[in-house]
Amino acid sequence: MNIMMLLEMTSATFPDRTAFTDGSSGRSYTYSQLFEAAATRAGSMAASGARRVGMLDVSSLATPLTLFASAWAGVPYAPLNYRLTDPEIEALLERIKPAYLVTSDEREPAMSVHKDVITSATTHFLTDAQHSARITGEWSMDPEEIAVLLFTSGTTGAPKAAVLRHKHLVSYILSSVEFASADEAEAALVCVPPYHIAGIAAILSSVYSGRHVVQLPNFTAETWIDLARKHEITTAFVVPTMLARVVDALEGQKTAGMPHLASLSYGGGKMPLSIIERAMRLFPDTDFTNAYGLTETSSTIAVLGPDDHRAAAGSDSDSIRQRLVSVGKALPGVEIEIRDDEGMLVAAGERGEIYVRGEQVSGEYEGRGSVTNSEGWFPTRDAGRMDEEGYLFLEGRADDVIVRGGENISPGEIEDVLLDHAAVRDAAVVGIPDEQWGEGIAAAVVFKPGQSAPIEELQTWIKDRMRSSRVPQVIRICDELPYNETGKLLRRVVKQTF
Amino acid sequence: MAELKTGARLKSAVCDGEVMIVLAPAGDLEETCGGAAMVAAGSAVEKGQVDPDHAVGIRIGKRYVNEDGTLEVLCVKNGDGGVAVNGVPLLQKDTKKLPKTD
Repeated sequence: MNIMMLLEMTSATFPDRTAFTDGSSGRSYTYSQLFEAAATRAGSMAASGARRVGMLDVSSLATPLTLFASAWAGVPYAPLNYRLTDPEIEALLERIKPAYLVTSDEREPAMSVHKDVITSATTHFLTDAQHSARITGEWSMDPEEIAVLLFTSGTTGAPKAAVLRHKHLVSYILSSVEFASADEAEAALVCVPPYHIAGIAAILSSVYSGRHVVQLPNFTAETWIDLARKHEITTAFVVPTMLARVVDALEGQKTAGMPHLASLSYGGGKMPLSIIERAMRLFPDTDFTNAYGLTETSSTIAVLGPDDHRAAAGSDSDSIRQRLVSVGKALPGVEIEIRDDEGMLVAAGERGEIYVRGEQVSGEYEGRGSVTNSEGWFPTRDAGRMDEEGYLFLEGRADDVIVRGGENISPGEIEDVLLDHAAVRDAAVVGIPDEQWGEGIAAAVVFKPGQSAPIEELQTWIKDRMRSSRVPQVIRICDELPYNETGKLLRRVVKQTF
Repeated sequence: MAELKTGARLKSAVCDGEVMIVLAPAGDLEETCGGAAMVAAGSAVEKGQVDPDHAVGIRIGKRYVNEDGTLEVLCVKNGDGGVAVNGVPLLQKDTKKLPKTD
């Protein structure tokens, strides 16, 4: 098993079909061009002696090329989040060295100074003449080999590297995509970044179905709408925040004016009912699908399909309408259960932790092994409930990671920065419901005796040290934070104060 | 006769057909295509003739299973021969409509 085999099959079946188009440069690869380009880049990667192939750039033709070439070379692909701060990126580079790193032309000079990092600027990487030697030999068919390492935002500080082996990704594709099922006119608009599991799943699903992918490197609602119309996009995936923006940008228009858009799927965070209802009115002929999945499960494990959306939207019953905010039912080949803190099954409708089992489920982290139990169940750390018909509802994270606009944020990292402020004695950061982002960030702060600081100053303090998505939109000053008898912060209680 | 390993790629000795093992039971089995034992992909083989009794062909992207569903292969290259295990032809798996996931 190897994900390269998926590309090989489509390249043999539809050699001249357009595979990927970079929506910003307009450059394209056909399936056979992508396959041939992967052969020479795999040659460069294998010759480099790298242990990992890093990717540090926005989406471009280099994204699928790096993914497939690394699979051919037998070197795990580790895309890095280009939005991280320089020190965070340095720390991740340390963990993937010695590495072959594909990075933006702008970043390449700075990255090339690192020891044991062989850099290839994106333009250079995409230039055929720079990669003359095809890799010798076939790719490995060992299903246990690692295909992808994805760094997740952990609760305990340092990001964990989720391990996805070829068997997980190939199983996911074989159980969810019909080979060569896409019509030549179909085109998918992909705006999720390379380092997100949805970005990897979108590449593999589209390739196996033989679909044309149009890449949007930097999402804005306006460019998304422009590209969707220009390329007559038939299918697209967005996170809820993106859909909210698109819906806002189309405000006042009767319909979205995208008659080709047959299906629109979303996932990566909680979708507010008002947004999906507005979207369904703007795209009356579009099939909506809510896809729920995790990095550790090779992407989607449950879907709420188009029929469910229509039935729920047209219903007078509140409980059926509420299904619009459900993530649907488990995919074929995937089992989902809800369990309590002791690991016992809970009754239908009761809240608990979501457990999942299936061929596509990895549940493994680099250096820590698998966290699946002896029967293969992976505890997702997502909280949820399942109704009597098997519809799954998400209820936030079982641990306290904040999911803001599809991005996982550890409260701890923001708390640490707040605690560095001279006036702050204690701090707790929690997620609060937010119409636009799914979850927003709130902080409760306790000052040192006799000291204080304006709220704006605390927000600036964080903004100067972290990415802007980490800045709490609400900060409340309090006298004391609630702790239990063993000294554990009661975030639930803090949350209730907002 | 050999153990069929999940993920392994086999090629026909008599046509262009190739398959990947998706699922296999333990124990030694003989996987044939076009009536002749399949060999590991990449190995050199002198091409024989497709047995007319095993000439239904295999199509890329289609999956073939045995009757009890314990063995499944995915065709990764078209071939003129039909696939069989221990002499029993595999059947093309019914393609259920898969739910859209993306």
